[in-house]
Amino acid sequence: MSAARTDRLTPYLFLAPAGIVLAVALLYPIGYMIYASFLDWNPSQRIGEADWIGLRNYVNLLGDAAFHESFVVTLKFAVIVVGLEMLLGVGLALLLDRNIRGMSALRTIFILPMMIAPIVVGMMWRYMYHPTVGIFNRTLKDWGFDPIPWLSSSDWALTSVIIADVWQWTPFIFILSLAALQSLPQSALEASRIDGASGWQQVWHIKLPLMMPVLIVTGLLRLIDAFKVLEVILVMTNGGPGLSTEILALRISRTASEFRELGEAAAMSNVLLMLLMVLTLAMFVYTKAAEARAARLAAASAREAEA
Amino acid sequence: MSATTSQKQNPAFYALLVALVIMSAGPILLMIATSLKLNVDIMDDAGSLLFTPTLRNYETVLCNVLWYAPEHVGYCDKTFGRALGNSLVISLTSTAITLVLGCMAAYALVRFRFRGRGAISLTTLMMRMVPPAVLLVPVFGIWTFQFGLDATYSGIVLVYVAMNLPFVIWILQSFIVQVPIQLEESARIDGAGPMQVFFLIVLPIIKPGLAAASIFTFRIAWNEFLLANALSNRDTRTVPVTIVNSLTEYDIDWGVIMATGTLLAIPPIIFTFVASRQIITGMTAGAVKG
Repeated sequence: MSAARTDRLTPYLFLAPAGIVLAVALLYPIGYMIYASFLDWNPSQRIGEADWIGLRNYVNLLGDAAFHESFVVTLKFAVIVVGLEMLLGVGLALLLDRNIRGMSALRTIFILPMMIAPIVVGMMWRYMYHPTVGIFNRTLKDWGFDPIPWLSSSDWALTSVIIADVWQWTPFIFILSLAALQSLPQSALEASRIDGASGWQQVWHIKLPLMMPVLIVTGLLRLIDAFKVLEVILVMTNGGPGLSTEILALRISRTASEFRELGEAAAMSNVLLMLLMVLTLAMFVYTKAAEARAARLAAASAREAEA
Repeated sequence: MSATTSQKQNPAFYALLVALVIMSAGPILLMIATSLKLNVDIMDDAGSLLFTPTLRNYETVLCNVLWYAPEHVGYCDKTFGRALGNSLVISLTSTAITLVLGCMAAYALVRFRFRGRGAISLTTLMMRMVPPAVLLVPVFGIWTFQFGLDATYSGIVLVYVAMNLPFVIWILQSFIVQVPIQLEESARIDGAGPMQVFFLIVLPIIKPGLAAASIFTFRIAWNEFLLANALSNRDTRTVPVTIVNSLTEYDIDWGVIMATGTLLAIPPIIFTFVASRQIITGMTAGAVKG
């Protein structure tokens, strides 16, 4: 009897430490943030001293032109970045999916940009974009072109930031799509080759459709991450010039530390969090649906084999 | 499959490969090269490829850790040496704690059927996407006013553990699923308790998963800026915070800052070369297996 009870308690015993840490340091802060988004609160006050102002922070956000601007910048950044990276990453994976020596060394080099600190990535690119000592403007000058105000003009800043992010994260898509490509069923490719499909036809009608489930999940993962980017942009432009590169995460941190409006920052965090929740749920639902479909197909083919 | 013999490829293909390698490694090499230059060489218009490498920038940065006093350093700025120590302590402790807690939780989620299992799995999945920016306001408030943990190591370690746990639990789950249950059952028949089964049977088998998880956790703790900035003071500052601080100065000393950046980048670069396979497994486990 007592053995059965310890058996029933074991899973909770194993879960407890992680559960306590998550509850104290993740769930509680998030709950706190939701509560704080209804307060007029500045950093010198304890939360109990802050005034309850209901939905006013959210109403303010609706009318706040700077917040709108930064919301649009965030969407623009995320969509462009993910689009470009998918295009380049999948394209490269299709091109490089061959038996070559040194592929693993190549992959190792490709992961480097993702492993080093975002702060360092931002610093490297800021140096390369430097108006006088940076390598880009130096090269342009050597070739007789006018220098480009990479980070100092609001027309260019977003583009420059996007280039840096594409450099850092295209390898992620590349590696995932290469893994997907290499796990495709060889029989389908073989069959199409025998039927005389050209390289392009194979890519369009067989490889891409078969890779689609992985590609959609990869794209969503990347999209979630693109909404979280902060440090690279902070170091490169700090959101400027003007508001041209001020993404939401940066806006939150500035509202909290520069404008000292913790309530409003909490409301913004909430908006960002809900956006990410929707994306994560979409990913979850999609994987579940894909699994169910795969199971149905397998069952159907098993029945066919029997019949 | 004729996997071992590599096919003959078109030369354009190799040109593409070389271009890709230069593009992805170039900026990193440029940073390292700049860190080995004197400011005169950095500002010099003409040759950026020909210069005499020097370790002066590193000596400036590490002046209080070195066993000798570099003669060109007039005033020794101790910020970086201290920050390096802080970064090491914080990242190593938080990685160790996250792994232990994550392992136990992942094992329970895979091996035991109990009430609320599905809900817990879904919650950990959802928690994976909480960005540090969202935690900034509440963590600052709670740590300062309620826990009294601001400006301490434990405060920062606690956030990092919480931030990394969902990912670690989730990745270790995918490794534990692959451990054959018969192995555990036979150990249990031989009289091993659940703890023994876990530590003596399961842990050794999932080593690759542990490697991947620890690299990811260490990297996040080592590289993180925003929360470290909000929760630290002069004495507990980590390296990313010092880098951002010196980048906001008006007159940037590029040689020194590149040396700092290189030092910060070295551990992740070493991990990448040593364990690239585990890292790739960790990355692909997410999307390919779902």
